Amino acid sequence: MKAAVFAGGGMTLHFNWLTDGLPLLGRTTEMTAEWTELNSYIRIGSNGAVSLFNPNPEFGQNVKTSLPMILAEELDTDWDQVKIEQADFYPERYERQFTGGSQSVRQAWAPLRKAGATARQMLIMAAAQKWNVPVEEITTASGVLLHKASGKKAGYGEMASVAAAIPVPDEVKLKPVSDFSIIGSSRKNVALKEIITGKPLFTLDYKTEGMLIAMIVHPPAFGMRFKSMDDSIAKSMPGIRSIFTIDSLTEDIDQNFFDTTSFTRFAVVAGNSTWEVMQAKKALKVTWEKEPDRFFNIDARGNKIRTKYPAGLESTSDHLAKMKEFSKKPGEIMRRDGDPEGAFSKAAKILERTYTAPFLAHNTMEPVNCFAHVTAGKAEIYGPIQAPEFIVDTLSKRLGIPKENISVRLARMGGGFGRRAYGHHLIEAAVISQHLNAPVKLVYSREDEMTAGIYRPAYSATYRAALDKNNQLLAFHVKAGGIPETPLHPNRFPAGAIDHYLAEAWSIESNITIGAFRAPRSNFIASAEQSFLDELAAEMGKDPIRFRLELLERAKTNPVGKNNDYDAGRYAGVLELVRDKSDWNTPPQGVHRGVSAYFCHNSYVAEVAEVVMKGNTPYVEKVVAAVDCGIVVNKDAAINMTEGAITDGIGNVLYGELPFKDGVPQKDNFTTYRLIRMNEAPKAIEVYFVKNEHDPTGMGEPPFPPVFAAVANALYQATGKRFYNQPFINELNNDEES
Amino acid sequence: MAAIHLNINKKKYTLEVDPSTPLLWVLRDHLDLTGTKYGCGVASCGACTVMLDNSAVRSCVLPVSVVGDQSVTTIEGLSENNDHPLQRAWEEHDVPQCGYCQAGQIMSAAALLKSNNQPTDDDIDTAMTGNLCRCGTYLRIKAAIKTAAQY
Repeated sequence: MKAAVFAGGGMTLHFNWLTDGLPLLGRTTEMTAEWTELNSYIRIGSNGAVSLFNPNPEFGQNVKTSLPMILAEELDTDWDQVKIEQADFYPERYERQFTGGSQSVRQAWAPLRKAGATARQMLIMAAAQKWNVPVEEITTASGVLLHKASGKKAGYGEMASVAAAIPVPDEVKLKPVSDFSIIGSSRKNVALKEIITGKPLFTLDYKTEGMLIAMIVHPPAFGMRFKSMDDSIAKSMPGIRSIFTIDSLTEDIDQNFFDTTSFTRFAVVAGNSTWEVMQAKKALKVTWEKEPDRFFNIDARGNKIRTKYPAGLESTSDHLAKMKEFSKKPGEIMRRDGDPEGAFSKAAKILERTYTAPFLAHNTMEPVNCFAHVTAGKAEIYGPIQAPEFIVDTLSKRLGIPKENISVRLARMGGGFGRRAYGHHLIEAAVISQHLNAPVKLVYSREDEMTAGIYRPAYSATYRAALDKNNQLLAFHVKAGGIPETPLHPNRFPAGAIDHYLAEAWSIESNITIGAFRAPRSNFIASAEQSFLDELAAEMGKDPIRFRLELLERAKTNPVGKNNDYDAGRYAGVLELVRDKSDWNTPPQGVHRGVSAYFCHNSYVAEVAEVVMKGNTPYVEKVVAAVDCGIVVNKDAAINMTEGAITDGIGNVLYGELPFKDGVPQKDNFTTYRLIRMNEAPKAIEVYFVKNEHDPTGMGEPPFPPVFAAVANALYQATGKRFYNQPFINELNNDEES
Repeated sequence: MAAIHLNINKKKYTLEVDPSTPLLWVLRDHLDLTGTKYGCGVASCGACTVMLDNSAVRSCVLPVSVVGDQSVTTIEGLSENNDHPLQRAWEEHDVPQCGYCQAGQIMSAAALLKSNNQPTDDDIDTAMTGNLCRCGTYLRIKAAIKTAAQY
């Protein structure tokens, strides 16, 4: 049955009972001036138009499509008839407006199903009341209520206002998985048309009457701070309105968890247009000085942490030397099973390898920016932010404006990757607007952003395996650290699969600020662990997939320890699926393959990379991925996310690095910072999902970490050389030169 | 400041602007044509790509004074009814993730199809390598260009 709406004088509803594929008269129905809100997520117009509100910020992972799909499924409405709207930041109405940690779908799953099902139930109860028939006899389909026995039917719009007056039922029946028709299908990105026609979707495209453009000048090096400036030339340049300094954060303010920022005192240039401000910024002469140790109090949900940014101008060469030193010293023991030291002392053979990876910049395509309009006692913010809830307290403290007077609208973001969990730009824009007493759009240049900190940390991990005289695995040891955090997850695989196991962690403090970067920590530790397991399997004369499956079988049937934070059966499931789909046991001619698998952010992913050599240059031509994320909500979007994560991972493992010299980032734009381009991307990526009825888990991060080692292991097959230090391009180039 | 005459998306504009201003910022800040994006400012990412007559150019490094009589086409003017073959193909393949680079991708592809209506994989790689997509949608972009060439 399809519902068609005819707009007429009285806006009456008619129903078209023809089911033979006649097109609907108009797709999405426009919302009428009169509408009813059944809950925070669902609004129904008197004409039957349905608006669904996406609570979470969108930065390309497609939550704006997938979350409303969950609502529409349980509401039992036609997807083509709903209109999706982005909710503002509104913590009183929405439970969790944080897009990060691949948690949007996972954590919204139950609440959104309930919201959709509750609204549907209230509509049914309204119809039962109006028609005076039992609730159980009313069915729904595509936004229409039906009482079969009497032939009575009505669109949701006719019952919405009655439904809204009905007390919200405590318990509602959710659809069985087998009845899903929207969840599990492929629905196109709801912003697709706006994107391909160039609509102003991003804050950088936003403009209001009287709005000024502001840009900041931050120190050229970590470990430096603002001293003084000479604005005599810059201030008289065309279009320039004001040049001043701001303190975005002061040391007396307890920060929240995502307030991380490298620099807190800036020179600010404000003017009429972006280009004019960019020119004046170049003409501004700022003097910098070395900064002493700095301390910030971070209030991590009541747990106060004093964080130190040590003085000094750091260089990558020093970082590497320090990481080497720490990798040889005892670390902090995070897990010990059995007697690893004893087992290593009895080993016939010990395999030991150390892996490193550099700092990385997020490089979202849309640079950091934010609109703010702060007036007496009120602040209006519109900006790209993954985690608004973590920045509003600090904004309130810094501006001296109560939280309830701060409104945050959530913009579509031109990429996130973790970078926009950090809301320093909201504070900077607001403080600048407060200073200027005008609406302001803060814009970072690409160079400003790439050199402003909040990077993926630099890491190192040393793995050791003890083998007995029969080449059997006796014990396993991982010692991992980084600047300034360890990537270690001590309870992940292969913990639980080996009797004698030791995991140690270390860290080195730094004034280079770091932040979450797509699959934080996992993006490195997976690459090291899965490269080591590959080399270990080869050392033991075992097929790398079979070796992992043997370990997982042990973890499943007779696990070592109690805190293993993975499901060995599901882990093995993706390895078996990728083995089958990649035809692993039938190696193709001239193709060199590497496998890797990882569990993080609640999803399991195994990948096989295929490398071909063209002359001396290896190319990753194809990747096959097997994914277990439970129920897949939006299939083609999940495939798109996997393709993107794999392409992103190949780029980072081959090319990604941000080196430092005397505190200065050595790359500041895409001329020197190498990102993967179309000609370097694989020609084919195949994605397969494990079919099950587990509640869905996230897709933004899990497909990313495994590809690093899949590439490393395939490169070994192709070149006979193991790659230990990212990015591999440095060692590939060394080979070419030698 | 000087009076600059521009022909953008078949519409004539006259405005007073510093002639060294890159076309990108004239489009975005002065004419509110914000579909063309800023990504790097040094012609390295392609987000700012527009067509000058039938060629793809990086508007972030193109002084507006250089445009002269050449016609400028931006994403907003690519088609009258949002039905350029590339826009249809982009929909068919559901290409974008964040979407920020896509206008630039489409404009580079549009220039490619003007000069080569049956591009090979290598032709597409050559034409599109200047356009970064940080989300990694390259496979879909390539597939969509091939689809568009078949319409």
